[in-house]
Amino acid sequence: MDMLAGKVKVTSQTLGSNMNPTDFVDRPIRLTARDVTVHYGPKQALHGISIDIPDRAVTSFIGPSGCGKSTFLRCINRMNDTIEGAKVGGRIELDGQDIYAPDLDVVELRARIGMVFQKPNPFPKSIYENVAYGPKIHGIARNKADMDEIVISSLRKAGLFEEVKDRLNEPGTGLSGGQQQRLCIARAIAVGPEVILMDEPCSALDPIATAIIEELIDELRENYTIVIVTHSMQQAARVSQKTAFFHLGNLIEHGDTEDIFTNPVNKQTQDYIMGRIG
Amino acid sequence: MNALIIAAVLLVLLGVSYQSGFAKSRGLVTADGVKVHSRPQYHGSYSALWTMIPALAVLLLWFWFGAGITRSYTVGLLPQDVLLSLDQTGLNATLTRINALATGYGVAGEVAPYEQSAGEALRSFNFLTFAGTLVLAVLAGGAGFVYARNRISARLRARNSVERVIGLLLLACSAVAILTTVGIVASLVTEAFKFFTFINPIDFFFGTVWAPNNAGGAANPGKYGLLPLLAGTLMITAIAMLVAVPVGLMAAIYLSQYAPRQFRAVAKPFIEILAGIPTIVFGFFALVTVGPFLRDFGALLGLSVNATSALTAGVVMGIMIIPFVSSLSDDILNQVPRTLRDGAYGLGATQSETIRNVLLPAALPGIVGAFLLAVSRAIGETMIVVLASGNSPVLRGNPLEPVSTITVSIVNQLTGDTDFTGPQSLVGFALGLTLFVVTLCLNIFALYIVRRFREQYE
Amino acid sequence: MATDTLNSPGAARARAVRSSLRRRHLSEQIFRGFGILAIALALGFVVLLFVDVFRKGIPAFVQSNLHLSVTFDPEIIDVSPAPARNGFATEAEFTAASLAWQREVALLNWNQVIEASLRQAAPAGTDIDSRTLLSIAETNARHQVREMFVANPTLLGQTVEIDVLASANAANWIKGNINRELGDAQQQLAAPARALIDTFVDNGTISNGFAWSIFTNVDSRSAPAAAGLLGAFAGTMWMMLIVIVLAVPIGVAAAIYLEEFAPKSRLTDLIEVNINNLAAVPSIVFGLLGAAVFINWFHLPISAPIVGGLVLTLMTLPTIIIATRGALMGVSPALRQAALGMGASRTQMVFHHVLPVTFPSILTATILGVAHALGETAPLLLIGMKAFVASVPATPLDQATALPVQIFLWQGNENRNFFEPRTAAAIMVLLAVMILLNGVAIFLRSRLEKRA
Repeated sequence: MDMLAGKVKVTSQTLGSNMNPTDFVDRPIRLTARDVTVHYGPKQALHGISIDIPDRAVTSFIGPSGCGKSTFLRCINRMNDTIEGAKVGGRIELDGQDIYAPDLDVVELRARIGMVFQKPNPFPKSIYENVAYGPKIHGIARNKADMDEIVISSLRKAGLFEEVKDRLNEPGTGLSGGQQQRLCIARAIAVGPEVILMDEPCSALDPIATAIIEELIDELRENYTIVIVTHSMQQAARVSQKTAFFHLGNLIEHGDTEDIFTNPVNKQTQDYIMGRIG
Repeated sequence: MNALIIAAVLLVLLGVSYQSGFAKSRGLVTADGVKVHSRPQYHGSYSALWTMIPALAVLLLWFWFGAGITRSYTVGLLPQDVLLSLDQTGLNATLTRINALATGYGVAGEVAPYEQSAGEALRSFNFLTFAGTLVLAVLAGGAGFVYARNRISARLRARNSVERVIGLLLLACSAVAILTTVGIVASLVTEAFKFFTFINPIDFFFGTVWAPNNAGGAANPGKYGLLPLLAGTLMITAIAMLVAVPVGLMAAIYLSQYAPRQFRAVAKPFIEILAGIPTIVFGFFALVTVGPFLRDFGALLGLSVNATSALTAGVVMGIMIIPFVSSLSDDILNQVPRTLRDGAYGLGATQSETIRNVLLPAALPGIVGAFLLAVSRAIGETMIVVLASGNSPVLRGNPLEPVSTITVSIVNQLTGDTDFTGPQSLVGFALGLTLFVVTLCLNIFALYIVRRFREQYE
Repeated sequence: MATDTLNSPGAARARAVRSSLRRRHLSEQIFRGFGILAIALALGFVVLLFVDVFRKGIPAFVQSNLHLSVTFDPEIIDVSPAPARNGFATEAEFTAASLAWQREVALLNWNQVIEASLRQAAPAGTDIDSRTLLSIAETNARHQVREMFVANPTLLGQTVEIDVLASANAANWIKGNINRELGDAQQQLAAPARALIDTFVDNGTISNGFAWSIFTNVDSRSAPAAAGLLGAFAGTMWMMLIVIVLAVPIGVAAAIYLEEFAPKSRLTDLIEVNINNLAAVPSIVFGLLGAAVFINWFHLPISAPIVGGLVLTLMTLPTIIIATRGALMGVSPALRQAALGMGASRTQMVFHHVLPVTFPSILTATILGVAHALGETAPLLLIGMKAFVASVPATPLDQATALPVQIFLWQGNENRNFFEPRTAAAIMVLLAVMILLNGVAIFLRSRLEKRA
């Protein structure tokens, strides 16, 4: 733990000396995690994770499979609540507010922290209804025109509108894999979240669709805090400004993406980046 | 006694042939050191099969044709004048008497001399044919045995032969399922066809009056209109589904989505107890408890409710179907991929919003299939309606009054005597055919939907 | 909170989300409430059904016994002495003479013996006519006394203490199954009989005991208080035996063929669809099949357990086949490949490796299938098992009835006050057998799975 606490300090020091100061220097911290642990029944999946995630930047979690990166991601919008037997300890704050506080409303939290999943999972409804679903349940749109606007602008932001504008009433499941994933991103955006969590969003996609999504993530960074889990180091290097390396349920090292990839402090991180583990 | 002797003889044949084949195979190994193709137990089984199949074939032949041969022999024993004086029933009665004399049971009343002598002749005939068949079976088995034993050698592929026979046996067993269907269709169709020689199918399928004249014979059969029964069946089924679908579906949703694991582990089998209770028990429950309760409850509201009515039968049938609906729906709900639910939760949907807007629409085809299976079960259910529907085959629209159903009428028309000659009993098969076709269509359709649903998410 | 102020449309959205939360959580609560209600209803029905049956049935396990001193009065029992074996030259002559004597004994008016002992038990000076008096004891009492005498002719002139059953109507009166306030016209027993019964209960002539007669007697119409389940139980056992002997091997074999050997073809597809549909065919259709094929075409005996067993076998087969196939499908391909890789033939792989692994689940499914068949009523009604049978079937070819059919027959009996509890008692016996079978299935499964 001492080492981790030290790391956090290192991060705040390295922030100033970032290679792209324009991206970061004035970015406040949006999410803070302190000593987060997760147990699935008797099995401990995360051992005391502490990390700060900056606003309007892409933070990527990397590490070999089963290292706990997805588990931690799911803690951030309390998706682990839906898994029976999962117990989360420690503290996660969004803008200084404890998201595990007993009086906090999970529904409201998830409206602020959206999520995109590993496998594209459009609802078995039309494209329009897929995007409109979030605003509808949250009562965001005041009328039909409002809703149309939200749907169209969300599809635009997700870079999908031009491709589907003539078939908004066709089922979302009829789209290609990459389009489905962008539909899911549009669906998440439509609620107007502040943070978007992405759990290996490209793992089920071909390289062309992956490139489109990566480009999209880069654009979205302007307006959203994005946390992305990926098992592809190239992807992390391409899209993220911050990178955290997980291994066996521990956060080994995190910092600016540049630093992590060019000059890792930790031996394990180096081994992973060189392809020796995972 | 005879069965025991046959079983003993067969067992001896089996044991001897197996042992001998086994021993010879063992001998092969020591004698020439050539690699033997099959293990000794396969040689034993090979030899046993060659012995048992001919022996059983002889016995089966006698089992099939023996009764006919014995009968014509016995008829031949009767004096000509007696034979001429008897009609079919009388002849059968006489033959039964002679048989009783032959087996030593004795008969009531005076024994005519010709009966006595025929009885004695039959007794010796029976003994001789039994002994003859047995000897023949042993000879046939022995011949097969000698042949098999001579064939046993190191190169004999005994295992393959034995396995082929096993394969054929297994095939025959699965053919039983086909034969059952063939038997159902054949018996229903032939007997229903006989019924339609008495009653015009149009009068049956579109008639609105059900009034069989059970004492009328073929000349005055009464009226056989299906519609009152069909209406009663559908009314009870609808009431049952009104009870079972909301309760069963909500129970499945609660158990699969909300309930803690320990509660689920206890509650699920507990509800499924309902599925294991015999339907006659539900019938009794409907008759003595639910019916009177509904009648009294109706009286409180100023309604006149019959204790035995479509409502009583429907409610209790609904209770019976609850576990059927809930466990099928549970299966279906669990097949919807988790990612869909996660998608809704990730957007901030509450649990009930996720269930209503995402889970249920996604599971809808499967659930509809499950409901259709439940409908088919309700239509074919018998004992509850026999006891609680009131058995009043009149076309009515009021569920508070007694009705009758297809299954009730089958039971009414076919219990008692089973002399399938008049329309009074044959109508049971026409009703059965209707029931079979309706439930079969429902089942095929429902199973098709459920299968398609499963494939969608596999 | 920095972004909220920076991003005002976001703040508007947050407010919109927050304002709808109350309503959404309320509807969540309501939905969950419906779920709990449904569970409560379903569980409530289970409890209600059991409580109802038990509440009605338990009193029937108590029977009212009359303790009588029966005198084998030579004046009433006026017969020639019983023939003795040494008085006859051959066994046949002796048998003939014994039968003749028994006929003579049967013609006596044994009711007089019962009447005399009842009168003796009644307080001195009770004014009651013989018919009313006899209505207190069950009608089988005279057979009971007669059989005692036939078995032991030396009883002539002696007095013995015996228990006979109180009549069904007397039992109703004692247990309060009939409203005691009803007028004479609605009572099944005359007033003097009712008064005498109360006296008997008070002075201990009538006492209650466990109703062994339910388990040791066959059905009876003339003596309802003595009606028991033995015959129906035996009939059910014969049918179960036939189902186990036929359905289990055939079903398992068919499943093995379809799952392990059958080539994937149109025909096997057809068989599969066929079996799935057969499992959903209403049971009464199997009854029609039995009536037409086994009885009308093959001339098998009517009302016999052999036909019932065959019908139930055909009905149970699809269940066993489907369950066994499910179990076989669950066996990992690794095990199969390991066996085949060692040079085992397909048959050896199935019988040496796959079957032993699946044995527990096949066994459980089989027991459950048999238990289900045990409770089936409708098809049995159509093959004549509804007939009244007052004997224990010695072979599967004899006339018999079955437990569920006995329940059906009893619930239809006119003496409702007496037979409603007795029907509930019969249901308890049936449920007990089924629970026992299910328990055995669960026990065996956990036991075998642990070992595997």
